[in-house]
Amino acid sequence: MGKLVALTGNYAVAYAAKYAKVDVVAAYPITPQTSIVEKLAELIESGELDAIMIRVESEHSALAATFGAAIAGARAFTATSSQGLLYMHEFVHWVSRARIPAVMAIVTRALAPPWNIWPDHSDYMDQRDAGWIMGFAMDNQEVFDLTLQAFKISEDPRVYLPVMVGLEGFILGHTTMPVELPDQEIVDQWLGPRRQEYVIDGREPLALGNLAWPEDTEEMFMEIQKAMNNAKKVIKEVDEEYGKLFGRKYGGLIQCINCEDAKYFAVSMGAWTGDLIEAINKLREDGYPIGVIRIRFCRPFPYEDIWEKVQNAKGIIVFDRSISYGAWGPLFSDLITGLYHYTNKLPTMSNIVAGIGGVNITYNDFARMLTNFVETIEKGEKPPVFTWYHKR
Amino acid sequence: MTAPNPQSSKPRSPLPFNMREVVLPGDSACPGCPIPMAWKVISAVFGEKMILVIPACCSSVVVGAYPGNSLKASVVHVAFASAAAVASGISEALRKRGITDVQVIAWAGDGGTADIGMASLSGAAERNHDMIYIMYDNEAYMNTGIQRSSSTPYGAWTTTTPIIGKTEHKKDVAKIMISHGVPYVATASIAYPHDFYAKLQRAKKIRGFKFIHLHAPCPVGWRFDPKYTVRVGKLAIETGLWILYEYYDGKIHLSGPSRPYMDPKKRKPIIEYLKLQGRFKGITEEKIKEIETYVNQHWEWVKRHM
Ligand SMILES: Cc1ncc(C[n+]2csc(CCOP(=O)(O)OP(=O)(O)O)c2C)c(N)n1
Ligand code: SF4
Ligand SMILES: [Mg+2]
Repeated sequence: MGKLVALTGNYAVAYAAKYAKVDVVAAYPITPQTSIVEKLAELIESGELDAIMIRVESEHSALAATFGAAIAGARAFTATSSQGLLYMHEFVHWVSRARIPAVMAIVTRALAPPWNIWPDHSDYMDQRDAGWIMGFAMDNQEVFDLTLQAFKISEDPRVYLPVMVGLEGFILGHTTMPVELPDQEIVDQWLGPRRQEYVIDGREPLALGNLAWPEDTEEMFMEIQKAMNNAKKVIKEVDEEYGKLFGRKYGGLIQCINCEDAKYFAVSMGAWTGDLIEAINKLREDGYPIGVIRIRFCRPFPYEDIWEKVQNAKGIIVFDRSISYGAWGPLFSDLITGLYHYTNKLPTMSNIVAGIGGVNITYNDFARMLTNFVETIEKGEKPPVFTWYHKR
Repeated sequence: MTAPNPQSSKPRSPLPFNMREVVLPGDSACPGCPIPMAWKVISAVFGEKMILVIPACCSSVVVGAYPGNSLKASVVHVAFASAAAVASGISEALRKRGITDVQVIAWAGDGGTADIGMASLSGAAERNHDMIYIMYDNEAYMNTGIQRSSSTPYGAWTTTTPIIGKTEHKKDVAKIMISHGVPYVATASIAYPHDFYAKLQRAKKIRGFKFIHLHAPCPVGWRFDPKYTVRVGKLAIETGLWILYEYYDGKIHLSGPSRPYMDPKKRKPIIEYLKLQGRFKGITEEKIKEIETYVNQHWEWVKRHM
């Protein structure tokens, strides 16, 4: 049987890595990820986790060493935030293009300048073209579950891609919540030993990454796109299995709340979806038929899953906690592009960018934005396609 | 087997020639390239039982293009700054998995070591991971077309020091590594394969971080006739400009080929070395004097630490 404990989001990450029995951790501290590294160091030094910790001198080396360990057959893990993630960006691509399973937690934080340690999704979303599977949790239980599932998804032969798990700094990272930890034996049976397509351990000569001509290179990268497609199925399978074994099922790539009878949909990702759900529960009492689609995985992007839910929608409002400057919020851009594939009569769609630099968006803010959106459409008017919601 | 003593001056027996089975013909090196020469010596020590971690540099190309491969050993190509870090990860994974008969070798150029890779090198050395890091020093960024690196010597022409030549001396990476307190540091030259071989043999027996700074004359970048790669390498020793030594047990052990040149009178004039190379064409007397002063100071430093 599992046991219920109180954990911060960061500790939930560390415990998930422990339950996955990682062999090597290579990491470098940065606020707000630090307590993951500290906890893992403690678990390793105390002997609770039989792993090797490489206390590297930078994030570039953190992911490089994680990569090195992974190609040599180890289950490897790292975590970072913000500037650290940007600093390792070269290797973010390296790992996925080498098709090597690995897991990295991203405790999200705004990007500087100005220095700012509060959460938004700018660091995480900046990586979306890198070929990683990208999941994002909403609460600490999901942080644990998703991190553990990430190993299973990453090491599935249909996928063999690295997986990033996002969680907001402080909001989840440093906030204590009840988390149910599973039975280790069941985890071991379910996760199994490390799997990867190739191992470079010197037992047979093997070369990785030799110069390749354009056609060969392109074909290798086409395989990544195929693996991303496969991952959609694998993510759902893993969610189902996990639900059966451990009693928690989230819905796969997305989680839908109050979607059945909804005419309007609010789409978002991450912890603030909790406030959004609260706002909608309140608004439903006042007769607003709104449903929430929470994106759990933004790579691969859940086009089909969302379309299935919003076919008869009158309006869709998408909340982005990051922005592609000069364009819109990335979730909105992806969604509107994807939906156009299914219909050339899109429902009214609106993008709100908010919570940047860690600005706190409350349930009242969500309620205000949602009523505004619905009422504008009900009046027969068109809400602006893009709004940067700012409270001051 | 005991390691041959690099200080002995007895005639050498040929190196074991299983190396042709590992370093295959048909690589993409320029004629006269020092890289495959060095690999042959390395493979004479480790055979197939090595994992070369290669960052962006000439060697990334020399290995050959996919699906071909001129090395019958494991090779991992990695980002420019990351050889030491990736090798750290591999080394620790092998340790965790109990694999002890495979040598992890970071093989990086001077740019990938002295410049962009300095932090990851320093980190891996301080953590003392079990690996051999070999910096093959062709004294510029050759892969991108002969740009200056911090390891380019004073006075040398490169495409980014096109008129005046380099105005700073070479960064002494071996010295930097000695100050890290790692168990083994050595300098070597592709012109002295037996010496290099013996150093690899010694490094093989030591656990922890080993650093070898390998002088590697490049005909393309240094502007000399490709048939002179070894001659140029030898002249670097004979003029006293490049000093072969090992550092372990807290002191420098001068290697056989460099021994005679402790005595400045035995050294050939530096111009003998410079005049074979187009990169020093037109170098002034004044600059040659400056190089001489640098060489003398370097020798004094070596002697002080013997
Ligand atoms: C991050 C990054 N910056 C720049 C480059 C371009 N680049 C590739 S090889 C190279 C020079 C390598 O010089 P060195 O390490 O001395 O090896 P050599 O080519 O001389 O053998 C450069 C600048 C790169 N690949 N990656
Ligand atoms: S440029 Fe020099 S080091 Fe590079 S491949 Fe050619 S000869 Fe070798
Ligand atoms: Mg070079």
